[in-house]
Order: sequence, then structure tokens, then C-alpha cells
Amino acid sequence: MGIRFILLVNKQGQTRLAQYYEYLTLEQRRALEGEIVRKCLARTEQQCSFVEHRNYKVVYRRYASLFFLVGVDNDENELAILEFIHLLVETMDRHFGNVCELDIMFHLEKAHFMLEEMVMNGCIVETSKQNILTPIQLMDKAS
Amino acid sequence: MNPFSSGTRLRDMIRAIRACKTAAEERAVVRKECAAIRAAVSENDQDYRHRNLAKLMFIHMLGYPTHFGQMECLKLIASSGFPEKRIGYLGLMLLLDERQEVLMLVTNSLKQDLNHSNQYIVGLALCALGNICSAEMARDLAPEVERLLQFRDPNIRKKAALCSIRIIKKVPDLAENFISPAAALLKEKHHGVLITGVQLCTDLCKISTEALEYFRKRCTESLVKVLRDAVNSPYAPEYDIAGITDPFLHIRLLKLLRVLGQGDADASDCMNDILAQVATKTESNKNAGNAILYECVETIMSIEENSGLRVLAINILGRFLSNRDNNIRYVALNMLMKAVLVDAQAVQRHRATILECVKDSDASIKKRALELVFLLVNDSNVKPLTKELIDYLEVSDQEFKGDLTAKICSIVEKFSPEKVWYIDQMLKVLTEAGNFVKDEVWHGLIVVISNASDLHGYTVRSLYRAFQISSEQEILVRVVVWCIGEYGEMLVNGIGMLDKEDPITVTESDAVDVVEIAIKRHTSDITTRAMCLVALLKLSSRFPSCSARIKEIINQHKGNLVLELQQRSIEFNSIIEKHQNIRSSLVERMPVLDEATYSGRRAGSLPTTVSTSKGASLNLPNGVAKPAAAPLVDLLDLSSDDTPAPSSSGGDFLQDLLGVDLALPSLSGTSQAPSSGADMLLDLLSIGTPPVQNNVSTADILSSGTDTKKPVVPLERLSSLSSPLPTQVSSAGASPVMDLLDGLTPNLSTPGDNGPVYPSTVAFQSSSLKIMFNFSKQPGNPQTTSIQATFTNMSSNAYTDFIFQAAVPKFVQLHLDPASSNTLPASGSGSVTQSLHVTNSQHGQKPLAMRIRIAYKVNGQDVLEQGQVNNFPAGL
Repeated sequence: MGIRFILLVNKQGQTRLAQYYEYLTLEQRRALEGEIVRKCLARTEQQCSFVEHRNYKVVYRRYASLFFLVGVDNDENELAILEFIHLLVETMDRHFGNVCELDIMFHLEKAHFMLEEMVMNGCIVETSKQNILTPIQLMDKAS
Repeated sequence: MNPFSSGTRLRDMIRAIRACKTAAEERAVVRKECAAIRAAVSENDQDYRHRNLAKLMFIHMLGYPTHFGQMECLKLIASSGFPEKRIGYLGLMLLLDERQEVLMLVTNSLKQDLNHSNQYIVGLALCALGNICSAEMARDLAPEVERLLQFRDPNIRKKAALCSIRIIKKVPDLAENFISPAAALLKEKHHGVLITGVQLCTDLCKISTEALEYFRKRCTESLVKVLRDAVNSPYAPEYDIAGITDPFLHIRLLKLLRVLGQGDADASDCMNDILAQVATKTESNKNAGNAILYECVETIMSIEENSGLRVLAINILGRFLSNRDNNIRYVALNMLMKAVLVDAQAVQRHRATILECVKDSDASIKKRALELVFLLVNDSNVKPLTKELIDYLEVSDQEFKGDLTAKICSIVEKFSPEKVWYIDQMLKVLTEAGNFVKDEVWHGLIVVISNASDLHGYTVRSLYRAFQISSEQEILVRVVVWCIGEYGEMLVNGIGMLDKEDPITVTESDAVDVVEIAIKRHTSDITTRAMCLVALLKLSSRFPSCSARIKEIINQHKGNLVLELQQRSIEFNSIIEKHQNIRSSLVERMPVLDEATYSGRRAGSLPTTVSTSKGASLNLPNGVAKPAAAPLVDLLDLSSDDTPAPSSSGGDFLQDLLGVDLALPSLSGTSQAPSSGADMLLDLLSIGTPPVQNNVSTADILSSGTDTKKPVVPLERLSSLSSPLPTQVSSAGASPVMDLLDGLTPNLSTPGDNGPVYPSTVAFQSSSLKIMFNFSKQPGNPQTTSIQATFTNMSSNAYTDFIFQAAVPKFVQLHLDPASSNTLPASGSGSVTQSLHVTNSQHGQKPLAMRIRIAYKVNGQDVLEQGQVNNFPAGL
């Protein structure tokens, strides 16, 4: 299992989406999110996109006011995760049209559906944006 | 409709939450919403279940408890419509986890949905199962998942593949069922199926060697072909990232090839060409290309050796390392750490660049680089590398100093070619970043200094100089004070001058100045001050000219608020005033500290015995008399006792003896742990035994087993300190000690008198357990008896969690030491011993009596035995 959690955080440090692929209690999550977000947000643009925290390696990328943070195992390919974050953003862009924080807040379940199509149990399932979005579009049509 | 339930839409709730200005407001909104949702749940409100769950997900994300929504998920999953199921499964994955019993209830719904005619519903169920499945669910549903691996729609097959990974991880026995379906997935064209299929194969290989052999033999070639096709594939817009078609697939394939190639020459051979192609042809100007190169390098370094490929890989890393992008440099360092194990020579070539990275401004890169440097150090390069690191220590930022100091110390300790170099480097570190140095490191330094008899003079002079430059580093100050206390006259007289040294003139009064400054600094903590007092005491006999001044400094602490310092001050003062005749022998230089004992202690004795002895000592509700309350009792018992157990109380007693009661964290207000304080002081006073923390020391003794002499050592040393008659170890040892505490004149009892001998008795015997008591008494203290209890297991089952408890009449005081173990092997094949110290205040009038209770576990069952011991020999 490579990916252990995916977090979306705005630049005030508020969580906007959280998906864990291992069990943590609510308290553990809050603590972890607090620590990691503080660490990542304090870093500058020039510094590298990887932060080691406890036994996680956090790969993060900033898009406008949103930070995408992915916690991975130590033997995961960090550069590939960066690419994965970009793929996630592109997929959201294609669906929402230039995605912003509010899109994700008000369509939290859709964001989760997308994530579900991309990652399962910490592994990447699908890398084609078209394949990821088809089930979601079908559902939109039906409702 | 219930007027209270879900009055607001999801959108409105989110707006309300966003509008909150404080956390308290947010909590209020969430509380209100949760109340409404609870009401809806209890009303069994169908219409808004969907919306309520969406709200709960949002609330959950904010970090509020949402367990009450769990049953709602199950209801939604059980409903027939797709949108309800969709949100139900999502809620299940987010709000639940495999620890919840609720999960049992969902197994049936999952089973139905896995067999559903609508493939999207099947997909939902697979996804949920893949994310949350437990071991029981895995067993129940594995056949369905196996079947779905051959489903007609590739989107189902890919999810089934990842679901299988979860299943085989939960139940490894099921792995063999998945081997051939997994192999079939590798022939697919659909990228999703391929990437998940490759992942499944990788995980199968990790779990089962059978699978690894299977894939190695049958799939290596086809995987190489898949990778070749991927590398050479024409432009595919859907999968294209920076001109590369699906880099994720490349990376997964390279990972699997790595697993197959590791330790197998044929498989490695088979993939050489394609790896060379990937390594040379991949574009390295974009992140995606670099990601592939990075993975490729790791595969090349892991599979069986091919020198041509290795050169390629190392060159790529070299390029990465000089890249301007920090991300690339970070992964290069990461990779070099793995490469160093394979080809240290090649990595050494980049040493200069890596050292530069240690000085980078980015904390992540620094940390990696430092770890890498640590791996690169060897006997030949330790000097220049250490110099670089120490130079950098001066300018590095505060947060990094801790890590850096720890690494430098550990390099210096491990590779130091000669003692003088070691001492020099440690002094530099102490001067630069003394406050970051860990206790064991400076304790180690003192041990080394103590052993380097030809360097004592040099060391103390260097320390003196260092102190003049930086007196702000607490740890440096401690070492300085200790060395001046021990080797002060060498400082003054310039003894043992090395060629490289500059001459230096220090008067006796200068040396005392140092200690005085240290004791008066506001930042000095209790440990440092306590050490200063000891140093002053020692100097008082070495520097007769400063004796009056020293006495005055010591006197200033007579009224100290810290009991520890006050007591030392008073005691030392009385030594100076009343015991001129023994003072000089009392404060002799410490005997050389035993390096082997010290390093052995640092390495830590058997961890298992540590834990058991800890258990035993924790489980002693009857440890009645506090050791500190009756130091003399302990003390006297100890000297006549030759069992291993007292060593732990030996620690206590020595602490008492020297007045080292540093276990006052609230008073001292420093970060110094009480135990390490004691440790330090024990070191300081050259007590060669390792009673660091009681637990550990017991374990030390126990692990050495036969070493029953050890506990006596501290006394031996002590007695040799104060009386020139080391032969009188056991009997006479106590007397000068008493003298120290009481201020009485030495009262040496006749040598060889070991007190009356008492017969051993069987204190308790049942069909399952036998307890023997051995008695010994201290001459001159008839009230106190040391009892060594030996427990023997007479049954054929081992006892665990063994606890011995004893109760005595009011006129008797009892002190129990920790037992040697809390497990008792079966059939008398081993025994546990425990020491008891009994003080009979009505000695000669009333005989001893004792009630005992023994608790233990046999095969997990608690057993309790009780008894009374009345057959103590007369005269106790």
C-alpha cells in the first residue's frame, strides 16, 4: 500500500477534504492534520515538496489557495505522487471547470467519488481522466 | 415531517459553518446540526437520509464524532436506488472502519451487490470492500472477488484486482487462489487493469514465495514486453503526461520487475536491455520523466549486478544531485542512501556535493543529506568529514543542531582513530552545541577521559580554555567542572604537557574561579551545581591555599532551597571541618572508570529481562519501607548480603549515601531526568556497577547471572576510598559509610566477623510451589535480617506473572526487593529469587512471623496461594 492519506487544505489550514486509507481515531487524525499542515504551510516555494513526519512522508503541492497533501510510505516514488496530485487536480478541473475551494466544499461527495475512482486502498486504480469521470457523469445525467 | 429534522439543506449548513468566526461558533452550529440528524435517525426519516449523510460526512471531515450515523449508511446501502447506495457506500468508507462491529452487518449487503446485475453497483461494492474489508469479510467474499477478476467490463476487473490485494493482505492463506488470475491480468491492454494487475502481482510476490517463483518463471518476459510496449507506445492523449504515456504504469512495472529480479540472475538478465533503454531514452527535463528514471535507478540498484547498468544508474543520480530543482535533489539523496549499501565507492565520489546538501536551507534536504553522510563515514574519511560537520555546526540553525550534534557525536564515538582526537572533537561539539548533547554522550566522554591517563592534563587544560570561550553550554560546564575536580592540580602544574599544546598559566585560585562561576551561574541546573560542590570538596584537599575560600563557597549553599544542595553543602562542610585526617583519602582521585561496563550498559542488556524485571518490581505492592526512609538499614543489609538482588537497592542506597536525591523534578525544574542524574553521579563517584535505573540494573545483574560479586563492588570501592583496608569489604565497608552520614569516628569492627549463621528453612511448600528462606545478619545490627527467598516450581507448567507478597506484624519492618524474574520455569528447572529485609524492632522479645501470599498464572489461569511462616530460626 503506497498512499496512506490524502488531504486538501486551504491556506488557512482548514481541512477541505480528507481521505484516509488506514484507520486512525478522530483524535489521531486531528493531531496529525494539525501537525502536518503546520509543517507544510510554513515551507517556502523554493523548498522541496517533501516533508518527513513521524513515519510518513508527505508529498504536497500548492494550487492557488489549496494545498494537496498526500501521505505515503517511505518506499513510494515521491515524484510519481507529485504527478498524481497533478492528475487529480486536472481531473477536478475537467469536471468542475477550473476547480476552486468552494467547488470541493459544496460538492464534497463528488470530489470523493472522483478520488474513489482514482485510488482504492492506497493504490492507484485509474489514470485516464475520461475513465475516472464517466461514472460520475452518468450519475449526474441520471439525477 | 418532523419540524426538528434537517431543517437546512447541505448547502446552507456549509454556509453556516463557513460564516462562523470562532471555533466555538462552529461547534455550536455542528452541535445543532448533529442534534437534528440524530432526531431524524431516531424518527427513521427516509426522505432526508441521503442529505443527512452528506452533512455527516462534512461534519466528520471537520473532525467531529459521527458514529451515530453509521447505521444510516447501512440503511442506505440496503436500499435499491443507485444514488442512495452511492452515498451509503461513501459514508461507510468514511465514517466506519474495520474495527466496528457494524461492519459484520454490511457483509450480506456487499455480497448481494457484488452479484448485482448493474455493473456500477458491483463497482461500488468492490470499491467499498477494497477499502474496508476485514479478515472475516475477506474469507466470506473472496470467491466473489475472484470471479469478478474475469468480469467482462475492464472497469470491474481493475477494482477486483485491488480488492484482491486487500483480501490477500488480510488473509495470506488465500494468496494461492489469486496467482493465476493475477497472471492473466498482465496480458490485458486496458491501462487500469494493467496497473492494478501489476500491483496485485507485486503484493502477491511479497506475501507468497510460491507466487514469486511463479511470476519469475512465467511472467518476467511478458512483463518486459509490456514495459517495452509502454515505453515505445505512440502518443495517447488520455494517458499522456509530458510526452510520456502513463508514467504511473511505467513505475508500477519497474517496481514489479525489481521484485522479480532481486536475487535471481536469470530474471535480472532478462530485463537488462529494457532497463538500459528506459535509463537512456527517458526525457529528464520534466517531472514525469524523472519519476520514471528514479524508479529505474532503484530497480537497477536492487537487481543482480550488471556493471554497465550500475554505471548508468550512478550517473543518473549524479545528474540528479547537481540538479537545481530541490525535489530532484531530495530524491537523489534518498536513492543514494540505498545505493550506498550496494556500491559505497560510487557514492563516495559525490561526497563533496552531499556535504553541500547538508548545508542547504531546506530542512528536508538537510536531514536526508546528514543521514547519507552518516552512512558514508569510514575510518579513512572520518577526520575531514567530522571537521566539515563541526564547522557547519557553528552556523547551522537551532532546530537542526540537535540532529547534527547527535550524528557528529555518534560518528566521533564510532570511528575515532585515537583518543586525543576523540576528546578534541567532543570538546568542539560541547563548545558549539553543548546543550544539545545527550547525557549518555557526555557520560561516555568522561569515561574515556578517565581512561586516558596520559591525556588528563591536556584534557583539563583544553577544557579550561573552552570554558573561557563559551561558558553558556551547560554540558560543557559539567565536564569542565568534573575534570577540574579530578585533575585540578594537573591544570595548575602543567603536568602531561603535549607537544602541540600552548603553555598556559593557571593558578589554584583561577581553577576555583571556574567552579565558582559555574555554581553561581543562574542557568546552572541542580545537577551542575551538585557536581560543582563535589568538585569543590575535591579541590579543598588538593589546593590547600584555597581551602578557606572553598569552604566559604560551600557554606553559601547551607541554606539552599534545594534539599539536595543544602545537604551536600552541610555534609561537605563537616568533612572539611571535622575530618581533616581522612579528608585527603576520602577525596582521592576516582579510580579509572571501566569502559567495558559502561559501553555494555549503554548497549543495553537483554531487553526481555528488562521488561520482566520491570514487571516484577512494578508488581510489588509490599515494597513497604521506602528505601530513602531507612538508608542505614539498606546500607547495613547490603554489605553482608551476597545475593544479586540488592544491586537495585544498591543504587538507592548509594544515592542516599551521597545524598543524591535528584528525583525532585519539580524542584530542579530542568530537563534532566532523575534517573540519569543519579547515573551521572554514580559515574562521578566512580561506582563501577551499573545501577542506573533500578530496573535496568537488576536486569544487568540478572543477565550476567553468575556475577554475584558485582553488588559488592560499590562497597568495595567506597571502603577503599575511606579506609585503607579493602580486605574488610563486607563487614567493615559499612562503617566508614555510617561515619559519613553520622559524623561518628570510624568504628572498624573486627575483620572476618560475618555474624551468626542461621540454617535455611522451607518457608512454604505446596504441591505446586516451594519457597526456601536463607538468612543472613549484619554484625552490629541484630534487629535486621536479610532473607533470600528462593521460589521453585514443582508442577509441570511454567508460571507467569509471578508475584510474591508478604505481610509482617506491626513491630517488624519489611522491605522487599524486586524479584529476579516474574516467570518461574516448570518442574524445578529454574528458580526465582527475591530479597527481603526485615527489621525486628522487638528483637530478642518477640520472634519473627510472616504471612505470605503468592499469585501467578498457569496457562493463563490465575492462581493464588497463601500461607504463614512460623518456623523462623530462633534469634531473628
